Amino acid sequence: MKARVHVMLKNGVLDPQGEAVRHALGAMGFDKVEGVRQGKVIDLDLAEGATEADVAEMCEKLLANTVIESYSIEMV
Amino acid sequence: MKAAVVVFPGSNCDRDLAVAFERAGFDVTMVWHKDSVLPEGVDIVGVPGGFSYGDYLRCGAIAAQSPICQAVVDHANRGGYAIGVCNGFQILTETGILPGALLRNAGLKYICRTVDLKVETSSSVFTEGYSAGDVIGIPIAHHDGNYFADAETVAALQDQDRVAFSYVDNPNGSVADIAGILSENRRVLGMMPHPERAADEGHGGTDGTAVFRALAGMVTTA
Repeated sequence: MKARVHVMLKNGVLDPQGEAVRHALGAMGFDKVEGVRQGKVIDLDLAEGATEADVAEMCEKLLANTVIESYSIEMV
Repeated sequence: MKAAVVVFPGSNCDRDLAVAFERAGFDVTMVWHKDSVLPEGVDIVGVPGGFSYGDYLRCGAIAAQSPICQAVVDHANRGGYAIGVCNGFQILTETGILPGALLRNAGLKYICRTVDLKVETSSSVFTEGYSAGDVIGIPIAHHDGNYFADAETVAALQDQDRVAFSYVDNPNGSVADIAGILSENRRVLGMMPHPERAADEGHGGTDGTAVFRALAGMVTTA
């Protein structure tokens, strides 16, 4: 059983790395990019019986800092 | 007067912080991240700069979950004193002892130089050796020093006179130019600049000495 966690900076929190990527894409001629946000993907291998609620608790306590980041969970 | 300095894998300012405490008259014990208790009778805990756990996941995130950090949280909750510098500040925000978070510098560059800091309040055991409005030169050395908190939290910090230091010329994009903040009970200070690196003539400046001297005065009179 696996879970995939996406961690992104919240809207309204400046993402300087995403901005740098956007500038680079613009400089390369990709002129249709209006914004870039960069985040993290964390894949978890889980033992039988682990639930989405368990993963949510992991996100709240460690995987994301909810002061600045939001997260979403995909159970796969 | 007893100080404990926490050492994580990747700490690199632990000895500098210990020397600054010793010069001010503290007995210093180094404590390892796997220890789950602080030495008996510790008056203040120092959480040093560096790259604890390689800055993996987020700066300070894994250190904040270490056994010793639970002891530091308990110490702070009991009203104990603590100072977190640089990575130590990041760790204290990750534990929730201090509000907000430290983001990547707005200019994306690691910055290592002495900057001017304005002392915003002398009303704390860390800053009473200064006068509000003093401008002091203290080194910064960080990649993730861009202090962020939501507008409500920043307003509360300002209303409660809990901004200890601010940048005269903001180097990293920190909200409201914030360089260091105090906990609600004013007994925990977190700051990105390094006062322990401006505490000896050989450092090229001694503007940081007053932080440690004031602390020593506090503990002896308490």
